[in-house]
Amino acid sequence: MEQLSAFEIVLGILGRFNLVWIAIAIVMPVSYVFRHRLGLYGKLYGGALGWIGLFICFFWLFTAIFAAEIALHPALKQFAIQRFAKPGVLESQSGAPFYFGADRFGRDVFSRVVWGSQIVLTIAPAATVVAFIVGISLGLPAGYFGGATDRVLSFTANLVLAFPVIVLFYLLVTPGIRELKVIDYAWIKMSIPELAAFVFAGLCAAFLLTMLVTRYRRRPNVLLPLLTVTSVFCAWFITGVAFDFDALTLLGAAPVLDLEPNELNIFIAVVFVSSPGVFRIVRGLTLDIRTRDYVAAAQTRGEGSWYVMLWEILPNARGPLIVDACLRVGYTTILLGALGYFGLGLIPESPDWGTTIKEGSALLRRAAHPAVPPALALMSFVLGLNLLADALREESLKD
Amino acid sequence: MLKFLIGRLATMLLTMLCTTFIVFFLVNLEPNLVRLAKGQINSRASDAAVESWLDRNGYRAPLLERYGAWLGVWPRQPIYDERGRPTATARNCPVLEKPAYAGVLQGYLGCSTRYKEAVGPKILEGLKATGVLMFWVMIVMVPSALLIGVLAGMREGSRTDRGLSVFSILTTSTPEYVSGIVFTIIFASWLGVLNGSAATATTKGVSFYNFTLPVMTMALYGMGYIARMTRASMAEVMTSQYIRTARLKGLSFRLIVWRHALRNALIAPFTVIMLQFPWLLTGVVIVEVIFRYRGFGWMLVEAAGNNDIELLLACSTASVMVVLITQLISDVGYVFLNPRIRVQ
Repeated sequence: MEQLSAFEIVLGILGRFNLVWIAIAIVMPVSYVFRHRLGLYGKLYGGALGWIGLFICFFWLFTAIFAAEIALHPALKQFAIQRFAKPGVLESQSGAPFYFGADRFGRDVFSRVVWGSQIVLTIAPAATVVAFIVGISLGLPAGYFGGATDRVLSFTANLVLAFPVIVLFYLLVTPGIRELKVIDYAWIKMSIPELAAFVFAGLCAAFLLTMLVTRYRRRPNVLLPLLTVTSVFCAWFITGVAFDFDALTLLGAAPVLDLEPNELNIFIAVVFVSSPGVFRIVRGLTLDIRTRDYVAAAQTRGEGSWYVMLWEILPNARGPLIVDACLRVGYTTILLGALGYFGLGLIPESPDWGTTIKEGSALLRRAAHPAVPPALALMSFVLGLNLLADALREESLKD
Repeated sequence: MLKFLIGRLATMLLTMLCTTFIVFFLVNLEPNLVRLAKGQINSRASDAAVESWLDRNGYRAPLLERYGAWLGVWPRQPIYDERGRPTATARNCPVLEKPAYAGVLQGYLGCSTRYKEAVGPKILEGLKATGVLMFWVMIVMVPSALLIGVLAGMREGSRTDRGLSVFSILTTSTPEYVSGIVFTIIFASWLGVLNGSAATATTKGVSFYNFTLPVMTMALYGMGYIARMTRASMAEVMTSQYIRTARLKGLSFRLIVWRHALRNALIAPFTVIMLQFPWLLTGVVIVEVIFRYRGFGWMLVEAAGNNDIELLLACSTASVMVVLITQLISDVGYVFLNPRIRVQ
């Protein structure tokens, strides 16, 4: 069997990522030139840590975008005669190399890591965004109103935080949970994950609509069109995630919100676990900011509570929140990996990093090469995000 | 202070009640019960057999009644076998002859369907094994994290600071299942100097050979966070007025760090180390699974995977208790360490 040398493997891999290098070579210098006009993002180009963090994050972002061009084979394609092929072995028919070798079903490890980046980079940021909206829309009133609202919400948040994460995952992600309808009333049938999705999506919708209404209350000609568009979007989103019904199919288009039940489950579980953390941070920031003069000014002006919260307090809390968002995407990635490692995540064949790490680690004694690339991929992505968070924190301290 | 403590204890109790009830509710959902029954009879049991097993073992009684029985505020009903004699859910569990109060309040944690014995002694065994692991992790993690943090924060912005900060960021980005695999490959498969499995630690005792990898894996992930907190706190202390005074007085740098800075710089990391326990708990589960160490985390995964209701409840109670108690200790300890804070 033909075999590439280590040098050829490195060169070949660098070559496969050509689109990624081109994209980075365009984006980063251009951003550097315009860094003074790009706000917080531009400030990241001020130090070495920021550069490295941005480079790693862009690398994985563009890898996810161009996955179809970079990967050599489909994620599930098996080459039965080349099980456990060593890194650098050439595929016998097409002659395409297995850069990182093949796993126990003869699937290309390199391609699977590339395809896996797509899954990880969709779910982790999306779950973080939802967790942030949930945490913000509950943390703002808790900090602003205080009293009973605060006590009830804080108690609930601490309850979730005290919960052993793994138990929660095992109980929420078991396949049987999806089939059990806890709400069964006429045509409304919902399982626990769907109910949770409904609540989370509903909170997101309420958050967006309240933002619009409080901002443009006195300008109905702007408010009405915006409100209509947003309501339609929210309705589509809620029915899509909670009722598994994508309204685009009615128009004859391909469904966009086509979540696998597995994906919905882990999405909900991850949001559920990370939103109390966001809640605590937002609550703390709100407690601090609500004593400022500009908040008092807005209150004297006669603005409503929600206007003050969403348009006076929230924008002034953005610095720490952005830093936390970076850290939290990384933490979510680690959580997703842990879910995959316990076999609770997506389907067992899924190329996402956690599942592949689990697959590879079960057979470490037989062959080490299938487990290492996804593990290093996950680590480098989290490292990039943590470096970004660190650089952002330093930049915001400078002001 | 006393009022604060009583209030906290009341909240803790309420939190425990809520969490155990949520776990109880989730494990008793129909699909989970069916999974449990099939695991106990066999995986291809008919619906009728499943139903009769669940009914005979008392899983069809109302949910609240059974939760009360588990707590010990409602009498627990005896279980009868096919011939009407009282028996237990699993082999080596105590047999209940007639209805009696037997729950957590009475000190009976129930019967494990996975291990076929009473939950109480089993979970103690697991907690003891995990305690040993945690002890060594703490011994390795805390001093090295504090050392890194103090060295980095001593001269903010220096080359040592940069290097150590990047190292701590690197460790916080390496979850246990990544470092565990990398270490196993390097030290067990490749160099062959350490054992990639800690299974022998419970039977033959802890040794350097079988325990280094799990301890190293766990300590590394938690270390970075504590080190960063220590660094921040140390850097803040080093810029404070009294340090400047000490320096102007002509004290040597070493003496300033040892006598003046360290004590105040280590208050914040104390809280962080305490709050680290809950986080370590998730890590314990992963590390014990990777290295096949039969401790609390391993038991938790077995219980969750087999829907072993009473063992899982005991595991959740134990871990929630650890979280709440460490939170309390960190709050109370902070007040004692930092005289500027007073509890209302």
